[in-house]
Amino acid sequence: MDKELVQKPIAVGIAQDPVIGPGHDYTTVTDKISELVLTTKIHKEWVIGFLFSASLASLLGVAMYFLLFKGIGVWAPNVPVGWGFDIINFVWWIGIGHAGTLISAILLLLKQEWRTSINRFAEAMTLFAVACAGMYPLMHTGRPWLAYWMLPYPNTMGMWPQPRSPLLWDVFAVSTYATVSALFWFVGLIPDLATLRDKAKHTVSRYIFGALSMGWRGSADHWQRYEMAYLLLAGLSTPLVVSVHTIVSFDFAIGIIPGWHTTIFPPYFVAGAIFAGFAMVLTLAIPMRAFYKLEDFITMHHIENMCKVMLATGIIVVYGYFLEVFFGWYSANEYEKAVIMNRFTGPYAWSYWALIFCNGLAPQILWWKKYRRNLLLVWIISNIVSVGMWLERWVIIVVSLHRDFIPASWGYYTPTIFDEAFFAGTIGLFLTLMFLFVRLLPSIAMFEMKLLVPAAKARPESEGGH
Amino acid sequence: MSTSQHTPLVQIALSPAAAQAAAAADSQAALEAMRNRVAGQTGQRFWRSLEELSGTSEFQRWASNEFPDGASTWSDSVGRRRMLQLLGASLGLAGLTACTKQPEEKIVPYVQAPEDFVAGKSLKYASAVTLNGYAQGVLVESHLGRPTKVEGNDLHPASLGGTDIYAQAAPLVLYDPDRSQTLLRNGRISTWPAFVTAMGLIREEALANKGAGLSILTENTTSPTLAAQMKKLLAELPQAKWHQFDSVGTDNARAGAQLAFGQPASVQYNLAAADVILSLDADFLTHGPGAVRYAKDFGRRRKLWKESAHGSSHAPAAASHAAPAAAAHTAPAADTHAAAPAHAEAPKLNRLYVVESCPTSTGSIADHRLPLASAEVESYARALAAELGVNAGAATTKVSADWVKKVAADLKAHSGASAVIAGDCQPPAVHALAHAINAALGNIGKTVSFTDPVEINTAPGFESLQQLVADMNAGKVKTLIILGGNPVYTAPADLDFATAMKKVGTRVRLGLYDDETSALCQWHVPDTHSLETWTDLRAFDGTITIAQPLIAPIYGSHSAIEIMSVLLGRPEVTSYQAIREHYQSNALIAAPFEDNWRKALHDGILAGSALPAKTVAVRADLAAALPAPKAGSGLEINFRPDGSVYDGRFANNGWLQELPKPISRITWDNAAYIGSSTAAKLGLGNGDLVELKHAGRRVQAPIWIMPGHAADSVTVTLGYGRTRVGRIGNRIGYNAGAIRTSAAPYISSGLEIAKTGDTFRLATTQEHHSMEGRDIIRVANVADFEKDPQLWGHEHPPMSLYEDFEYKGYKWGMAIDLSACTGCNACTIACHAENNIAVVGKSEILRGREMHWIRIDRYYEGDPDDPGIYHQPLACQHCENAPCEGVCPVAATTHSEEGLNQMVYNRCIGTRYCSNNCPYKVRRFNFFLYSDWDTQSLEALRNPNVTVRSRGVMEKCTYCVQRINSARIEAEKEGRKIRDGEVITACQSVCPTEAITFGDLNDPNSKITRSRRNARNYKLLGDLNTRPRTEFLARVRNPNPELAAPKAPAPSHG
Repeated sequence: MDKELVQKPIAVGIAQDPVIGPGHDYTTVTDKISELVLTTKIHKEWVIGFLFSASLASLLGVAMYFLLFKGIGVWAPNVPVGWGFDIINFVWWIGIGHAGTLISAILLLLKQEWRTSINRFAEAMTLFAVACAGMYPLMHTGRPWLAYWMLPYPNTMGMWPQPRSPLLWDVFAVSTYATVSALFWFVGLIPDLATLRDKAKHTVSRYIFGALSMGWRGSADHWQRYEMAYLLLAGLSTPLVVSVHTIVSFDFAIGIIPGWHTTIFPPYFVAGAIFAGFAMVLTLAIPMRAFYKLEDFITMHHIENMCKVMLATGIIVVYGYFLEVFFGWYSANEYEKAVIMNRFTGPYAWSYWALIFCNGLAPQILWWKKYRRNLLLVWIISNIVSVGMWLERWVIIVVSLHRDFIPASWGYYTPTIFDEAFFAGTIGLFLTLMFLFVRLLPSIAMFEMKLLVPAAKARPESEGGH
Repeated sequence: MSTSQHTPLVQIALSPAAAQAAAAADSQAALEAMRNRVAGQTGQRFWRSLEELSGTSEFQRWASNEFPDGASTWSDSVGRRRMLQLLGASLGLAGLTACTKQPEEKIVPYVQAPEDFVAGKSLKYASAVTLNGYAQGVLVESHLGRPTKVEGNDLHPASLGGTDIYAQAAPLVLYDPDRSQTLLRNGRISTWPAFVTAMGLIREEALANKGAGLSILTENTTSPTLAAQMKKLLAELPQAKWHQFDSVGTDNARAGAQLAFGQPASVQYNLAAADVILSLDADFLTHGPGAVRYAKDFGRRRKLWKESAHGSSHAPAAASHAAPAAAAHTAPAADTHAAAPAHAEAPKLNRLYVVESCPTSTGSIADHRLPLASAEVESYARALAAELGVNAGAATTKVSADWVKKVAADLKAHSGASAVIAGDCQPPAVHALAHAINAALGNIGKTVSFTDPVEINTAPGFESLQQLVADMNAGKVKTLIILGGNPVYTAPADLDFATAMKKVGTRVRLGLYDDETSALCQWHVPDTHSLETWTDLRAFDGTITIAQPLIAPIYGSHSAIEIMSVLLGRPEVTSYQAIREHYQSNALIAAPFEDNWRKALHDGILAGSALPAKTVAVRADLAAALPAPKAGSGLEINFRPDGSVYDGRFANNGWLQELPKPISRITWDNAAYIGSSTAAKLGLGNGDLVELKHAGRRVQAPIWIMPGHAADSVTVTLGYGRTRVGRIGNRIGYNAGAIRTSAAPYISSGLEIAKTGDTFRLATTQEHHSMEGRDIIRVANVADFEKDPQLWGHEHPPMSLYEDFEYKGYKWGMAIDLSACTGCNACTIACHAENNIAVVGKSEILRGREMHWIRIDRYYEGDPDDPGIYHQPLACQHCENAPCEGVCPVAATTHSEEGLNQMVYNRCIGTRYCSNNCPYKVRRFNFFLYSDWDTQSLEALRNPNVTVRSRGVMEKCTYCVQRINSARIEAEKEGRKIRDGEVITACQSVCPTEAITFGDLNDPNSKITRSRRNARNYKLLGDLNTRPRTEFLARVRNPNPELAAPKAPAPSHG
C-alpha cells in the first residue's frame, strides 16, 4: 500500500528505462508472451539449441552409467581430497538457484516491481538448478543405492540418520528448498496457464493447459486466495534464500579442516549464491531477450538492476575473501596461515588468483552505467562471475583439502573425464529443461506484467492484494 | 491296485512326460471300468481275488500287460536306438572323466573332534619362513587348516616375536594364483611319475659315469637334511658338481671372514651389549639373516624413560577411573613380549653411526649418518682401523678427520661394548677390516662372536656361477638341475646365463613360478612354499628350526628335499621322512626322540642347536692379505636388493609391490636413486627417464632424487623388469640386472647417464616431505632433553564444555615410540595381512588411493645432501573427540564404550565426509571394488574374523578389534579381565624394534599407562582437542657431543 515504495524502486534509471516498454496494453502483453508458447512454428535456432543441450544431457546418462557400474572411483576424489567436482558442482548449482528465490520471494515482499518480468524465468532456473544440484549428493556417495538411508524413516534396523552431520541438514534444506520452489513456481503459473488454456487453439494444448490451470476462472475469490497463497509461499521462501546456502556452508564450516573451519561462511555463501544466481539469470536472459524480442519486457532497467545486485553481492563476497585472509593472519594459527599461503602460492594458486580476477576485479566494471548498459559486456561479466563462483568452491574444497594438517598426507586432485562429463551433462540437462521451458510455458508472468502496463498503473489501489 | 500304482512309476523312469501322462490316463480308465463293474452289482458280492473280480477281457489284458497301452509301443520302437545312443554317450562320458584324476573330497564329520580343535578358533603352529636360505622362526595362524597370518616366534633367536616384511608376505606367496601349479615337460603338463622315471634314467647314466656332466645349482641353503642328501649324492657321484648362487646374499661376509681369519666363519652381533655401533654401509636393522633380532636388541636400547614431571596431571581422567578397576588386574601379566620390570625401563641409550651411500632404514635412525659413496667406505674403514691401531695398510680417505678420529675415540672409549658392522654389499676387505677393528677393540666374545659357517656351501656364489657358465659354454654340462632361484633372471648380464644354459642337454627346474628360468627348461617341477612342506633350516646363529607345513601342498608341488630323494634313487621318501630320518639316524635329537621331536616342532627351535662360538684370531698379515682397493672412475653404481621385492622373488606379491619402499615411498616400481646435488649437476629431476650405461650394456630407468644419497653415486635396485612371473610382477620397473657384472656385482663405477627426454610417472604414497615447521615429530638430542624434558612446550589439559564420557571398562590406547621406529614397513604389511586389506595397483596409488591402514610418514629436515630422516607410523588415532564421527550422516562411524572409533561397513554409504574431516587422513575408501572377490585361492588367505570390504565403503584401523574380542572371550570364559599384554595388535606384534605399545589405559599398571607417564609422550595435533588415543613418544637421539651434532627440527611453537 505504500505508494512511495512502489513508485520509487531502488533504481535511479527509472526515469529513462521503464520496467515495461512503451505502447503496451493488456492485449499486447498477453499476445506477445503467449504467442511464444502457442505458436506452432518451431524456430530452427531453438531446435539446434535444444538438440545440442539434449545431447549434452545424454552425456549425463553415459557418465552415470560408468559411475554406477564401475564405482565412484571413475571420478577423481582420493584421500586427502575426498570431495571434488561433486560437491563443487553441488554448491555451484544450488547457489545459482538462489537468485530465482530471491527475485520471486524477497523482491516480491520488498515490492520491487521490476522483478516481475524476470521472476518466472528465474524461478524455473532455480528449479532446474536444484535438480542438477540434487543429483550430486545422491550420486557422489560410494553406494548411491543406499543414499535413502539419509532420510529419517522407520526401519527394521532401528537406525535413524545421524543428526549432528551437516550432510543430513543438507538433505532437509535442499529437499525443502526444492519442494517450496516447485510449489511457488507452479502456483505462480496457474493464472497464466488459464490464459493459455483460453487462448490455445489445439485441443491437446487446451486439455493440458486446462488440467494444469486447476480450474482457474479468474474470479475475485480465486484472485483473493491466489494472492494470499502466493504471499504465504513468498514468506516461506524468504528464509530459505538465507537458510539453504547457510546450511550448505555448514558442510564446511562445521569441519575441522583449516580453510573450512570458519564462521564467516554462512553470510559469505549466501551472498555468493545470490551473486552467482544473478549472473546466471543475466547469462540466460540476455540471449533469450534478444532471440524472442522481449526487449519491452526485460528492459535495460532490469539488466541494470541485476548488474547492481551482482555488484553489491560481489563486494560482499570479496569482503569475505578479505576476511579469510585477515583471519588467517589474525588467528596466529599456523594451519590457517598455511592455508592462506597455499592459496596464494601453492600448486593451485592459479585458481585463487583466477577467482580474485573473476569475482573481485571483473564485476567492478559494473560501477559504470555505460558498461552496465553494454549487453555483450554484461553477458561476458556474468559468465566470468559464474566461472568465478565455481572457482570459489574449487578453492574452498580442493585447495583446502589437498593440504591440511599432516604434510605427509598432502596430495593433489586432478579431475577425470568422467567428472567433466558429468558436469557437462548437468549443464546439458539444465539447458534442455530451459529450452523446454521457454517453449512450453510462459517464461514471463503475463498477469503480473499486466499490472505494469499504464492502464493498470492508473488504478494503483488494485494492487492491494500484494 | 498295487499294479496300477507300479506302472506309472516304471514309466517315470523310462518315458517322457507325455507318454507317462497317456499311460496314467489308460490305467485310470481301466480302474474306472473295474469300479463301475463293482458298482453295477446288486446285493452283496464277495470276491476272493482280483482275477475273479475282473471278469472282463479288457481288464484281463490290462492286468496282464506290464506296460499300459502305448507305453510298450514307445519303448519298443524308439528305445532300441535310444538305448544305443545312451550307451554310447555314457561310455563316452565315462571315458572323459578318466582323463584327469578327480580330487578326493572327503567330508570329515567331527564326531570325535581332533584334540585342540575348536571350529572358528585359530591355532598357531611354529614354523619358519626363509630368505636367502636362513630361517626366521614364526608362528603361523591357521584357521580351519588354512594358514592366514604369520607372527614372530618369541623363542626363535632370529625373531624374538618380530618378523620382517617378507615373512609377513609369505601367506600371499603361498596362495598366489600365479604360482606354478603343474609339473611341466617341454611346457606341457606332465606327471610326477613321469618325472621320477626321467630322473631315474639320469641317475643311471650319472652312476655309470660317476656324475660327470651333472650339475646342480641351488641357492644358499642351511638345511642340514638337504646338506646330508647333497653330501651323499656327491659321494655317489664324485664328478657331479654343486653350484650355489644368490643374486643378493652373504657371500662377501663369508669371504671377509675367510680373509680376516683364514677360515670360514659366520659373524653374530650382540647389540644388546653394544653401546656404540658403527655401520659400514650395513642396513643391519632391516636386511640380512639376523636383522629382526638385531632390531629387537637395538630397539630396546633406544627407548629413553623419563618420568613426566606432570605425570599425574597428564591423564587425570584415567587415574581416577582406573582406581576401582585395579583390583581386577592383580593376575600376573601374561606378557609374551619383553616385559621390562616396572622401574628398570631406563636403558642406557646406545649410539649409532652409519656410513652409507643410499639412505636406508638403519641410516635414518642413526645418531650420526655420513653419506659416503660405497667405494669410499673401504678407505674410511682403513683410516679408522689405522686410527685404532690396526695394521691395515696405508689409507687416505676423503672423509673428514672428525669422522675418523672422533668416531675412533668413541669406539675406543667403549671397547668391549661397541660393534663395527660391515654391509653385505661391501667387499670382503671391509668385512675383514671390521673384524679386525672389533678384535682390536676387544669386542669379540662380547658384542661380536664367530661360529662355524651357518651355510652348508661356503663357496662364493658369483664365482660358482661363473664356473657353471664356463662349464656349460664348454659343453661339459649334460644335465643341469636348478633347485630354486631364478638364474636366468638374476644372473649378472655379462654371464648370459640363458645362452649358456641352452647348451645343456637336460635342464630340470624346481621353482615356485613357471618363470624365466623354467621357460628354458625341459622339466619344470612346482616347488613347495615353505608353509606347505617340511623343511629344516638354520637361523643366523645356527639354531635349527624343523619347519612344519601348515597345509598340504596346494598344487601337488614337491620340495628340494624330495627332488634330492629322487636323485638319490629313493623317490618314495617324502620331505617328512627324509628330515625325520636325518635327525633320528644321526641322533641329532636327544632321546626320547619322539618327545623331543615333538617339542622341537612345537617350539619351532631345536634346543641347543645354535652353533657354538669359536675362537678366531685375525691373521697377522692382514694388511698384506687385503686386496688393493679398486680404483674406479666416473659415477659409481650400486646394485642393491629392492626394499620390497628383494631380488625379484617377490615380484608377484601385491602386498609387497604396494608397500612403499623405505625412505623413497615408491610403490610398484624401482628407480635409479641419486643424490640431490648430483642430480642438480646432471640436470636430472624426479621421474626423468634416463639411459644407464654400464659395462657396455644399457637400460632405461626413471630417476628418483634421494636426499642424503652420497654424491657421484647412483643406487639401482634389483628385482624388477621381470617378464615371466605372473599378472602382478610382469613388466613393471626395469631390470637393473641387465647392467650388472659378475666381477663387481654390488659396487661398480664408470656409470654413464644419458637423458632420454622422456619422463616416467613413479607412484609414491607421499608427495610432500617437509614437516613445514609443524609440531609433528618431536625430536631432541638426549642432552637437551635431559636438561629440559618439556622443551617442546607444555601439553594443554583437554578442554570441553561438556562432561567427559566415563570409560568404565577397558579404555584402549596405543603408544608409538619414534625413538625406536626405523620405518621398516613391517607394521604396514602385517596390518595388510591381518585385516584383509586390498591391493589397489599403481594407477590407483598415483591417484592417492592407497589402502594402508597404517602408513609410515617420512620427513626430511635440513640439508638435502645430508638431511635428518624421520619416520612416523600413522594409523587411526581413535580420537575421543573424533571429528569423523560427528559428520557421518548415517552414523556409520561411532565410538565404542571402550574408546574405539568404529567403522560400520554395512551402514556406510560412502560420503567420504569422515575422511575429509580427519586431520590425520588415515581413513581409506573403496573407490572401486578393490577386494578380489573372484580369485579362489585368495579366499583361503583371508582372515575370517575381518570383513572383506566391498565397493563404496570407508575403512580404517580398528585397533585389531578382532584380537581384542578374542581376548575378551578368553577372559570372560575365565571370569577375569583381559590381562595387560593379552591383546597384541598386528602392528605391535610384528614390530622388530618393539616401538608399539597397546593396552588398557584404565589399568594403572599396564605398559601403556606407564608409557603415558614418559616425559617423551605427546599427542599428535593435540591442540585440536581431538584427544587421540594413539600417542607418540618423541624421538630422542644420542649424538656424540664431540662430533657436529645433528640439529633437531625446531618445533614451531614452544
